[in-house]
Amino acid sequence: MITCLFFASVKEEAGTDRIELDAEGINDVSSVIATLGSQSTQFADALARENLLIAVNQTMVDSRQEVGDGDEVAFFPPVTGG
Amino acid sequence: MEDVRVQTDEFDAGEEIRRLRSVSSEVGGISTFVGVVRDINEDDEVSALYLEHYPGMTEKQIRTIIAEARTRWDVLGAIVIHRVGQLYPADPIVFVGVASRHRGDAFDACEFIIDYLKTRATFWKKEQTLDGDRWLETRASDVEAASAWES
Repeated sequence: MITCLFFASVKEEAGTDRIELDAEGINDVSSVIATLGSQSTQFADALARENLLIAVNQTMVDSRQEVGDGDEVAFFPPVTGG
Repeated sequence: MEDVRVQTDEFDAGEEIRRLRSVSSEVGGISTFVGVVRDINEDDEVSALYLEHYPGMTEKQIRTIIAEARTRWDVLGAIVIHRVGQLYPADPIVFVGVASRHRGDAFDACEFIIDYLKTRATFWKKEQTLDGDRWLETRASDVEAASAWES
């Protein structure tokens, strides 16, 4: 399984803070986004934003990053701490 | 010495400065930054702030920022505390403290850590205003402040 996490405004748009995906047929972040988008338009819209940031196993990556079984993929907007 | 904490509770800056002072007898200066919740942002009255973060990744990012500071300056001790959850105007939100042998290193490392934290650590602020709730956008000035360290 691949654990997908959503934070802040992306979480609100997605309507959930996490979802588990079957790793079968998924090879990179782009395919995670495509698979989620095919499940609901809510996911598709939440992940279509231009400034979407992505982390795999808590490291920032871009959508070409390879992912597989057991990985944690997080989606969130630009950070605003401090 | 290094301590990174994400917590809902208020921190005691005086206590953290005492800890930094006791790191080593070589400590010659401690620089600190305390961020505070403002009651006005973009001309709107802010009644409260809600802070969310990515547990695990946030702490990892902050430790990476401190490690980067250590490669640039003499850092004997560093403490970063960031609060999450519901906060109100005048509440302290973030503490950065750096102990060094000399003040120049302490000042620069402290400023570097807060500048990088603002653009790299996984925190998100949601403001509660009279017009409703809104997620904050990254400020261009914060991005510029962090970029300035790269030149």
